[in-house]
Amino acid sequence: MNMIVTPTSPATPNGTTRPQVRIVIVGHVDHGKSTLVGRLLHETGSLPDGKLDMLKAVSARRGMPFEWSFLLDALQTERDQGITIDTTQIRFRTNSRDIVLIDAPGHAEFLRNMITGASQADGAVLIIDALEGVRDQTRRHGYLLHLLGVKQVAVVVNKMDRVDFSADRFKAISDEISAHLNGLGVKPTAVIPISARDGDGVAEHTDRIGWYKGPTVVEALDRLEPARPLEALALRLPVQAIYKFDDRRIVAGRIESGSLKAGDEIVIMPAGKIARIKTVESWPVTPVTGRQGAGRSVGITLDRELFIERGDIVAHASTAPRETRRLRARIFWLHDKPLARGDQLLVRCGPKESRATVVAIEKAVDPGELSSSENKAIGRNHVGEIDISLSNSIATDPYTENPRTGRLVIEISGRIAGGGLVLSVDAGQRAVPVDIVPVESALRPDERSARYQHNGAVVWLTGLPASGKSTLAKALERRLFSNGGSPILLDGDTLRAGLNSDLGFSAADRSENIRRLAEVATHLARNGHIAIVAAVSPAREDRATARRIADTVFREIHVATPAEVCEERDPKGHYKKARAGALASFTGIGNDYEAPQAAELVIDTSTRTVTEAADEIEQMLKTTGVLFDEAVDLAANI
Amino acid sequence: MHLLKDDSASVGMSSKAPVARAGSQEFSVDVAPSMDHLDQLEAQSIYIFREAFARLKKIALLWSLGKDSNVMIWLARKAFFGKMPFPALHVDTGKKFPEMYRFRDHYGKEWDLDLRVEPCPPIDAVDPTLPPAARSAARKTEGLKMALGKYGFDGLIAGIRRDEEATRAKERVFSPRGLEGNWDVRDQPPEFWDHFNASPPQGAHLRIHPILHWTEADIWAYTKRENIPIIPLYLSQNGKRYRSLGDQDITNPVNSAASNIDEILIELEQTKIPERAGRALDHETEDAFERLRVAGYL
Repeated sequence: MNMIVTPTSPATPNGTTRPQVRIVIVGHVDHGKSTLVGRLLHETGSLPDGKLDMLKAVSARRGMPFEWSFLLDALQTERDQGITIDTTQIRFRTNSRDIVLIDAPGHAEFLRNMITGASQADGAVLIIDALEGVRDQTRRHGYLLHLLGVKQVAVVVNKMDRVDFSADRFKAISDEISAHLNGLGVKPTAVIPISARDGDGVAEHTDRIGWYKGPTVVEALDRLEPARPLEALALRLPVQAIYKFDDRRIVAGRIESGSLKAGDEIVIMPAGKIARIKTVESWPVTPVTGRQGAGRSVGITLDRELFIERGDIVAHASTAPRETRRLRARIFWLHDKPLARGDQLLVRCGPKESRATVVAIEKAVDPGELSSSENKAIGRNHVGEIDISLSNSIATDPYTENPRTGRLVIEISGRIAGGGLVLSVDAGQRAVPVDIVPVESALRPDERSARYQHNGAVVWLTGLPASGKSTLAKALERRLFSNGGSPILLDGDTLRAGLNSDLGFSAADRSENIRRLAEVATHLARNGHIAIVAAVSPAREDRATARRIADTVFREIHVATPAEVCEERDPKGHYKKARAGALASFTGIGNDYEAPQAAELVIDTSTRTVTEAADEIEQMLKTTGVLFDEAVDLAANI
Repeated sequence: MHLLKDDSASVGMSSKAPVARAGSQEFSVDVAPSMDHLDQLEAQSIYIFREAFARLKKIALLWSLGKDSNVMIWLARKAFFGKMPFPALHVDTGKKFPEMYRFRDHYGKEWDLDLRVEPCPPIDAVDPTLPPAARSAARKTEGLKMALGKYGFDGLIAGIRRDEEATRAKERVFSPRGLEGNWDVRDQPPEFWDHFNASPPQGAHLRIHPILHWTEADIWAYTKRENIPIIPLYLSQNGKRYRSLGDQDITNPVNSAASNIDEILIELEQTKIPERAGRALDHETEDAFERLRVAGYL
């Protein structure tokens, strides 16, 4: 589509003297985005000759009334479905601006396309149907504009003709959306009542909205400012490549913020190596003198040979970015599979890429919902805050300090799956030394499960001392191993002899003991093993912590042998000592064992044999998806 | 203006670098000169070229010999400081204008291009259900597929622009293609903040579009500013000129008196006729162009 022309505009042969502003139009599906675009093109005289007639003819041929939105929904598939699938860019002019209009789909299914469009925008128009009011996608788009860093937002309340141009209805919607946007730190530049279909409020005030005194849509667009290069901020030159096409060794990249020139002393981050810029190279004229500012794609040579690689950041020594292996980010998620704790990803900060692990997830919500309920994982088209551990150290900034370098994208299987803002580079409540970075396994989970015929799991046996946990654990271990599986026994007492030898029996130490057991067991489970934990673990809260750590792979078994039977067995003589007062803080004699309320399995070893108990556990592991049922497997293969 | 009228005319023509723009880089005060619209377009395109070269294994630039791909080559030379470090691929229908072949042979040498010319299969080998011009254009798609198979490129740089045509407006900068070179417009990955999806599956390839964000007027303004050579068919002769150059038999000139780039720019200010109006294949049926693009056409 070639749409450039307003006859009244001054002739500007190269079109470069007027500010160009990129606008995205977003909002709930069917609230009239494409109609508004069609109307805007018509009102600004930007339609190519014959286009309107052609579209009217197409509509007639299809036996449909003419719709302005057909102009944008140019693809055959779109017309058939009646919804905009992807973003489309077209251009028109207001009095003082060249507008590049990015239409973005309102359908939730295509949020990735809305983000693709909106991420390129200097400003946004958020459209709301006067009849339907603020809807989930309205809120979601508002939230995403905030995440994408689009700060200039004009709101239009469309289809005013459907509410008889009611000023009251308009005010109610205006108040609601303004409150929502203000809550996100976005202040609407205008809220405008319109009828895109009829033209009211688009390019002119009409009598029907005579009560409205603010700007029209065209006037509101005319006031938007193009994004400015971030020259005032500290220098950030992310390195795209090092070229050695001839005797020059050129470090190439685009200046994201700040400026540089030959002679500057710079630091290469994250390594922290210092050098001086020898020349700024270019073509066809080289070298160039003078300062190069943000937005330029440049090439520099240095006064010394340093090892530099793609993804490093060139900065000035006094204002260098932070080096980190942990960061917290606020992200939106576009992948089908929810993002969960422990997930392994590829993170890109500019040209830098690093493998990464999600260490924690917080504030996972659907931004479309009014009252957000928090989730453990970030679902598709939802947002959340995550702590990320990176396998390579990177140089980055919080987005509040640098909106260009303070953002990242996440890839899953080579496809962009999400993105967001770097909130801080020292994520986590605890002080975390930078050298504890999880290393990714060389094996995929499915390789292991194919061999073991089971998925990883934490089988947590809790119960009174001498209830039979260790006996059952060992029987289960033997049975799983005989079947070709990979069980690993983590006995509470055994671990206390080594890993947990620094811990006593205070409530705090017991909690820490359980936490460590859970962490070790979860690590084994993530790597495909079945970790069998045998531990009294009397406190319900501690076991809840263990379940939270292991999450979906946790299987709790309450070994509910009656206390009298346990005391009678007393193989380690603990009950005897405790009765004699020689063993403080011994669980079993008092009432300090808090029995589980929702264990996956309860077993009383006083009423069944070890074999029978192991059968029951095996059955439970099958029904809960840990052990593969051979019969089912065979059927699946046929 | 830098014009190749014919072989003899090109001899002795200045092929040296254009003069650096006065004022833009000559300030002695310690302030970075501000970037104008063309500077911004150029910087963005250079960024895209460098990303493609860094992230893909084997790329080529599709050189159609037209104004857009000439600008692309110029931008590539800027990105890589003089020499384009990958091949220029001309998928040749054999039906281009003689001026275009002369241009190719001359500047292929002068720009030191690694030029690969790939012929297209005969028309009989192409889907007979397509309308005539589309069928003719589809030959190019076939030629492209053959070249892909022959060289194993995982990325092809193409000079399409969003403002040319509605279907192209939907493109990504890095656009993944299926194993058959097809374009799945319904399932395009997200692309934002200049982060590109650059991991084509084994055997598939990516299209890279470094001038997607340019307009026809931008191309001409930049061609003038940088003194990039053009084929004279773009300029008015006997009241007609070509706005877009394709195969001889399916491309028509438009009425125009514009005999230099300044006049072209003024004409573009005033016209409401689409750039590809002279391309027969866009207009045969409502969705002919989209069908071609889904199948892998540019």
